[in-house]
Amino acid sequence: MTILQDATKTKDHQKSPPKSTPLLLVIAGAIIVVALTYVLPPFRNYQLATIGAYFCVTAGLTVLTGLNGQLSLGHGALMATGAYTLALWQNKFDLLLPGIALAVLVTTVVGGIIGLAAARLRGPYLAGLTLAVAVVVPSITSTFDKTFNSDQGLSVALDPPPGVIPVEQWQAWLCWAGALLTVLVLAYLVRGRFGRDLRAVRDDETAAKLAGVGVARTQVMAFVVSAACAGLAGALFAVLAQSVSPGAFPLTLSLFLLMAIVIGGLGRLTGALIGAVLLVALPSVAQSIAEDAGSQHLEGNLALTFFGVVLVLVMLAAPGGLAALKFPRRSRRQKG
Amino acid sequence: MDRFLYLTFDGLSRGAVYAAFALALVLIWRAARIVNFAQGAMAVATAYAGYSVADATGSYWLGFLVAVTGGLVLGAVVERVVMRFVDHSSPLNGVVVALGLVLIIQGVLGMIYGDGYRPAPAPFSRDAFEIGGIAILSRYDLFVFAAVGAVVVLLTLLFTRTATGLRMRAAAFAPDVSRLLGVPVGGMLTLGWALAAAVGSLAGMLVLPTELGLHPNAMDLLFVSAFTAAVVGGLDSPVGAVVGGLVVGLLLAYVGGYLGATVAPMAVLVLLVVVLLGRPDGLFARAKARTA
Repeated sequence: MTILQDATKTKDHQKSPPKSTPLLLVIAGAIIVVALTYVLPPFRNYQLATIGAYFCVTAGLTVLTGLNGQLSLGHGALMATGAYTLALWQNKFDLLLPGIALAVLVTTVVGGIIGLAAARLRGPYLAGLTLAVAVVVPSITSTFDKTFNSDQGLSVALDPPPGVIPVEQWQAWLCWAGALLTVLVLAYLVRGRFGRDLRAVRDDETAAKLAGVGVARTQVMAFVVSAACAGLAGALFAVLAQSVSPGAFPLTLSLFLLMAIVIGGLGRLTGALIGAVLLVALPSVAQSIAEDAGSQHLEGNLALTFFGVVLVLVMLAAPGGLAALKFPRRSRRQKG
Repeated sequence: MDRFLYLTFDGLSRGAVYAAFALALVLIWRAARIVNFAQGAMAVATAYAGYSVADATGSYWLGFLVAVTGGLVLGAVVERVVMRFVDHSSPLNGVVVALGLVLIIQGVLGMIYGDGYRPAPAPFSRDAFEIGGIAILSRYDLFVFAAVGAVVVLLTLLFTRTATGLRMRAAAFAPDVSRLLGVPVGGMLTLGWALAAAVGSLAGMLVLPTELGLHPNAMDLLFVSAFTAAVVGGLDSPVGAVVGGLVVGLLLAYVGGYLGATVAPMAVLVLLVVVLLGRPDGLFARAKARTA
């Protein structure tokens, strides 16, 4: 078993493309996005921007869950941390880029704290703890309502974009700049020693420890990196919506993120991109179906159901996700 | 002091419900090594069904029966149709599938019933009796204690005194040997899920009248509290689940009563962190008889 795993791992390693590829891909992506923003109508640009923001967090989450095997349901809460940090900063100082940097920093610290606890937990315990973190967000905003203004949330003061650029186009640039930067950093991180450590710890903690990999350190680092991405995504969402409220970061959001990375293939950055696109495209499709049907109850819930069905089906039929769509041999350990 | 007494009884009453819900989690964990993250959503679904029947027929008890029976059926269906086919080589898979079920159930409920809160009336008065001028317990609290007590006693009898209970324990403890000895292991697993879901549904029916009412997301916070209760007691221990439930109930009542209702979820989070980091196997963990 172990030998087999090792063999496949070596094969994977040899197959991984040379180091210059991520940079080229990111540059190509940037060119495509900028070109797209000039041809798309404003609403599509807004959707494009939303995809970019989602891409940040799904990329970070897929590294954590896919490569390091830590399941987090708390990324919605981490995004809320980033969003609220940016909102509070913007309403005081109104300097966007330092604000985003601060949001990432604060979320990284919070993620580090959760990660310290997470490194000692496994499987369902970790899922339960992060679930509790996700559920506790409205409680925090209500308890400290002087700062966070309870359920109403805060509005985000933003300067209009420089020059004559339409605001949606500017948002798309901003979000995709963040997303591509995130992906570039992540792509190099997971190709290097850090990525090897992540996988080693995921596959066999004892073996990793024997090989000199600091298990707890690697797990905390994975959480920190992933939290930083979530913080950036949260800040970008605050910019997109120009407001933050606990209702924007419900538990469902964390479940959606999980769906996004699972359907795209756990641990793959391309999978994270597919997931981010689906997160924006599917609700939009569901919305138009609901409008055609003229049913208020369908709105939102159709997408919810669909995501759930997809999540279950992908887990049962193709745990590798869409990015690895072949039919893997599966062995059931026990026959019912 | 009056307030303290009142909060204590309120906490015990809430804790009884958490205990029942935690018991449902422990039942599935012992049978299948899966923490059923869909438990809350499943309970809400059956509660919707129960209250629909109650509204249509005018009989709360018929609705109550429908909810618990619905739980039995839903649990069996979830195990037979979905959970049985999960690849258990990674503990993540079961959790992810359960979360997918949460999305499906919440989406379907929203499509059928809409996203608003619907009333969930209680069958008994929730006004507390006064004993010596102190408001202590309501009829409804007594009903909750009786219902949860009955569940605990019945489950104990089932697992310790009947052949079926013995088979269920055997199937969970040593599936291969049990199969050789003629125990229908798969059937026992289905039965375990069905029982657990029924207990979860019962807990849902008991707790919803004391909360805001029926809502597709109504059990999210409750699930976290019950999960905490199960972890406090140790996921493997039914006795621990009951004690953990009461501990969490009391904690929530005191924190909610003295510090404000919005602080209570944070207290649950803190308790969960402390227990997980301090005693991850729970306060009532015994020596490991079986490794997952």
